[in-house]
Amino acid sequence: MTSPIGLDREQMAQRVALDIPDGSYVNLGIGIPELIAKYVPEGREFIYHTENGLLGMGPSPEEGLGEPELINAGKRQVTALPGAAYFHHADSFSMIRGGHLDLCVLGALQVAKNGDLANWSTGGPDAIPAVGGAMDLVAGVKQIFVVTQHCTKKGEPKLVDTCTFPLTGVGVVSRIYTDLAVIDVTPEGLRVVELSPGVDFAYVQERTGTELLPAANDS
Amino acid sequence: MIDKTVPSVADAVQEIHDGATIMVGGFGEAGSPVELIHALIDQGASDLTVINNNTGSGEVGLAALINAGRVKKMICSYPRSRNSTVFPDLYRSNKIELELVPQGTLAERIRAGGAGIPGFYTPASVGTPLAEGKELRSFEGKDFVLEHGLRADFALLKAKCADCYGNLIYNKTARNFSPLMAMAGATTIVQVAEIVHAGGIDPEHVITPGIFVQQVVRVPNPAHESQLVRDGVTYP
Repeated sequence: MTSPIGLDREQMAQRVALDIPDGSYVNLGIGIPELIAKYVPEGREFIYHTENGLLGMGPSPEEGLGEPELINAGKRQVTALPGAAYFHHADSFSMIRGGHLDLCVLGALQVAKNGDLANWSTGGPDAIPAVGGAMDLVAGVKQIFVVTQHCTKKGEPKLVDTCTFPLTGVGVVSRIYTDLAVIDVTPEGLRVVELSPGVDFAYVQERTGTELLPAANDS
Repeated sequence: MIDKTVPSVADAVQEIHDGATIMVGGFGEAGSPVELIHALIDQGASDLTVINNNTGSGEVGLAALINAGRVKKMICSYPRSRNSTVFPDLYRSNKIELELVPQGTLAERIRAGGAGIPGFYTPASVGTPLAEGKELRSFEGKDFVLEHGLRADFALLKAKCADCYGNLIYNKTARNFSPLMAMAGATTIVQVAEIVHAGGIDPEHVITPGIFVQQVVRVPNPAHESQLVRDGVTYP
């Protein structure tokens, strides 16, 4: 399971949602990022883009009420909200590569101190390589957040000096949300800007594969 | 009088030859032309190169075509699915080739191919293994990778409605790659649930203009892969 202390998956998603400005056009990756849609802060409206061709994506329908041809990028059935639009893939990726989306939140296998992201393949000999739209998203969306457990299930750090897994993009991540902390990618390296309740800086550093900088107001 | 309709899915796939390159519409099961693919399995063409975002589900549709040993190469972005081991098993035993392409690059390669654009530069994949061996070029201080347009001998697509000219409208997120593949296929074959008379589709609502479509075949109640998989159906 996750660390005994720190945020659970739902709380991590909720924490990310707090930082998304009203009116943002947002693409959410598969896994914890998908949960963010449940936690839109009151008074804000986000418009969700799913790269298979829908802007204005709503929550999954009740069991049995969905449609096989109304799905999200994770191939789960979803709904279309009033004001939604359908479009083909070239338009969808024009939104992505053309810099029209404000934010994309993705999961990660590894993030390096310079913002390099690895999230599509472990590169193992038996792995079936599958990339989907991740490389297009990180290349084109204005801002890339990562939300991930701080460590792998085996307890290995995911935040590292240099990614050992094949890259999704170079220097693309701007902010990382984990169960333990909120961390900014800065020119100086990874800076902890917020610790989860009950977590101290040393605890996070011990579980991180690169040197962390304390929050600016702590130094 | 132009009428692009053909009587059956068997008639529609008749001309597909061994060694053909075929674009197959769909993202997951949304937009997958299951009945056309099954007709292609019956027809027997082999040594195919198939372009689709995925590799099918269960042992129906595209996964069944692959399982039947008809596909020598897949060009796709995401060859895994929760409910199929067909492609992974063949890939691990070196019985099928894979060209892995980022999803947006795949879409743009198809669009470019259909639009008469032989190549283009994209920022996606720069600095990753998928850019290895490809030309890089810098524009305004940023690197881009050269990608080539894709064309195909045939495109097999699914739409909601067509008229006799091949004007198409789609169903929700089933649209995905199909309007692009319609342009890039030399012979574009579309299965539709409904065929209407000329004028039955408001010109303002046409998504794929009929010039990109060569054949239309009516399949009134198309199967959904998820339902077939749930029912334990395999093909053939």
